[in-house]
Amino acid sequence: MTIMLLLLAFILAIFLGFELINKVPSQLHTPLMSGSNAISGITIVGAIAATAVHGPLASALAVIAIVAATVNVVGGYLVTDRMLGMFRAGEKGK
Amino acid sequence: METLIPLAYIVSAVLFILGLKMLGRAASARKGNMLSAVGMLIAAGATLLQSGIDYTFILIGVLIGAAIGLYIARTVKMTAMPEMVALLNGSGGLASMLVGWNEYIRNPHSDVVSSIAVFAAVVIGAVTTTGSGLAWAKLSERISGKPILFGSQQLVNAGLLAGTVILGVIFVIAPASSYPLLLIFLVLGLVLGVLAVLPIGGADMPIVISLLNSYSGIAGAAAGFAIGNTVLVVAGSLVGASGLILTQIMCKAMNRSLANVLFSGFGSATSASTTAVEGEIKPITADDAFYILEAASNVIFVPGYGMAVAQAQHVVKELADLLEKNGAEVRYVIHPVAGRMPGHMNVLLAEANVPYEQLVEPDDVNPTMEMVDVAVVIGANDVVNPSAREDKASPLYGMPIINVDQARTCFVLKRSMNPGFSGVENPLFYKPNTRMLFGDAKASLGTLVAEFKDA
Repeated sequence: MTIMLLLLAFILAIFLGFELINKVPSQLHTPLMSGSNAISGITIVGAIAATAVHGPLASALAVIAIVAATVNVVGGYLVTDRMLGMFRAGEKGK
Repeated sequence: METLIPLAYIVSAVLFILGLKMLGRAASARKGNMLSAVGMLIAAGATLLQSGIDYTFILIGVLIGAAIGLYIARTVKMTAMPEMVALLNGSGGLASMLVGWNEYIRNPHSDVVSSIAVFAAVVIGAVTTTGSGLAWAKLSERISGKPILFGSQQLVNAGLLAGTVILGVIFVIAPASSYPLLLIFLVLGLVLGVLAVLPIGGADMPIVISLLNSYSGIAGAAAGFAIGNTVLVVAGSLVGASGLILTQIMCKAMNRSLANVLFSGFGSATSASTTAVEGEIKPITADDAFYILEAASNVIFVPGYGMAVAQAQHVVKELADLLEKNGAEVRYVIHPVAGRMPGHMNVLLAEANVPYEQLVEPDDVNPTMEMVDVAVVIGANDVVNPSAREDKASPLYGMPIINVDQARTCFVLKRSMNPGFSGVENPLFYKPNTRMLFGDAKASLGTLVAEFKDA
C-alpha cells in the first residue's frame, strides 16, 4: 500500500516537474539547473537515515553519502544564489 | 514524532515546488532558491528526529560536506560554472548510490519493489557519479573535450547495459543471496557512466549536463523508493522531470534528437561536408573596426564559448556601454546552446552587469537582421554557421542559428582559422560582408574600447 502511494507521488511529481519547467526563458536555464541540482541533494535525508544501519561498512557508506549529499546541497544552493545575485534588471527595475 | 516527520516532509515538498516555480521567473528566482533551501533544511532537520540514527556520524559528514560545499561555492569562477554543476551532479549521484547500497545491507530480504529501487538507485547513481566526473574533466580541460570513439563502442555499451539489466533481474528475484551481484552492477554502472560520456563532444555538453542533472534526481527518487521516504521520491522526481525538460529544450535548439547527441560522437565525423567554400577571408584591423562601429546605430553581440575562455565578458560590456553612449542600440543575442551548459552566456554577461533586458533570443533578431549595422561574433562558431541553412550535406543542417551573415557587417573575433569545436568548416568567414578580427578576443575588444575612449 505505501509503495502504491509512493508511486502515485512519484508520477504526480514528474508531471508537476514538466509543467513547472516548460517555457522558462533561456537566460534562467543555468540558475534553474543548478537550483534543481541543489534539490537533488535531498538524498541527504536518505543518508542521514542510513546512519541507523550498524556495521563498519554500512556506517562508512552512510558518512560518505552524507558528505557527498551535503556538498551537493550547500554548494548547489550557494552557487545558485551567487549566480542569481548577478542577474539584475535595468534601471527601470522589476 | 511518527506524524511530525511526514508532515515536515509535506511542507518541504511544497517549498521545493514553489521554489522551482519561482526559479522560472527572473524577478522571483533568487527568492525561489531560498525557499527551496528552507525546504531542504526542514526535510533534513525532520529526519534528525528519526530514532536510531547516529548523531556523531551525521555531524562529521555534514561538517566535512558543508566545508567543501562552502569552499567551492565561494571560490568557483563564473566561467567554471559548467564543471561546477557537473561536480555537484556527481556528488548527488554518489550519495544516492551509497544510500541504495546501505539500504541493501540493512535489509537484504526486501520485497520486489524495494529491490528494484535498490538496483535503480545503485546503477543510476553510479552512472551519474562517473559520468559527471568525466564531464567535469572534459569541461575543465583536464582531458580533451573532443569526442573519444573506439571501434564497436556502441556494441560494448549496449552489451554492458544488457548485462547490467540481466544482473538486476536476477538480483530482484533473489536479493538475499545476491550481494556479489550488487557489487558487480555497481561497478558496471560506474564503467557505463564513463563510456556514455566519452563519445560526447564539448559542444554537446549543455545537453549532457542537463541529462546528468535529471539522472541525479531519478537516482534520488529510486533511493526514496528503496527506503520508503516520501520527500526523497517527490523531490527526486521533480528534479528528474525538470532535467529531462531542459535536455529536450537543448536538443530542440540544436535540431537533433537525444539519441543523436548521445551516440553519434558528433563532430568527430571526418565525412563532414566537403563542399568547397567560396570567397576569401578578409581580415580587419582594430582601427578599421572602430570606424565601422562608430558609425553604427544598431549593434548586436553574439557571444560563444570563446568569450568564456578569453574571460572577455567585462570588456564586452565596457564596449557596449561606449557604443550606447555613442547613440547605438546594443543587444546581445544568445543562442540556447552557446557555451558549455544551458544559459552559460547569460550567467557570464550577468556577472559583467549586463541588464537582462538587453539579452535576446535568436528569434527576436533574425527577422530584422538586415537592420543590424554590425554583428560582433565573439568566440561563437557553430551557432552562426550559415551551413545550417544552406548546406544540406553539413552535419549542422537544420539547426536554428543566428543569421549574422545577413547583417550589414559582421565582425568575427577569433584567435586563428582553426575550425570550431565541431570541426565543421564555417562559410560565414568567407562571406563578402564578414571581417575577421584575429587575436585574443579580450585584447581585441580592449583595443576597441581604448579607441572609443580616445575618440
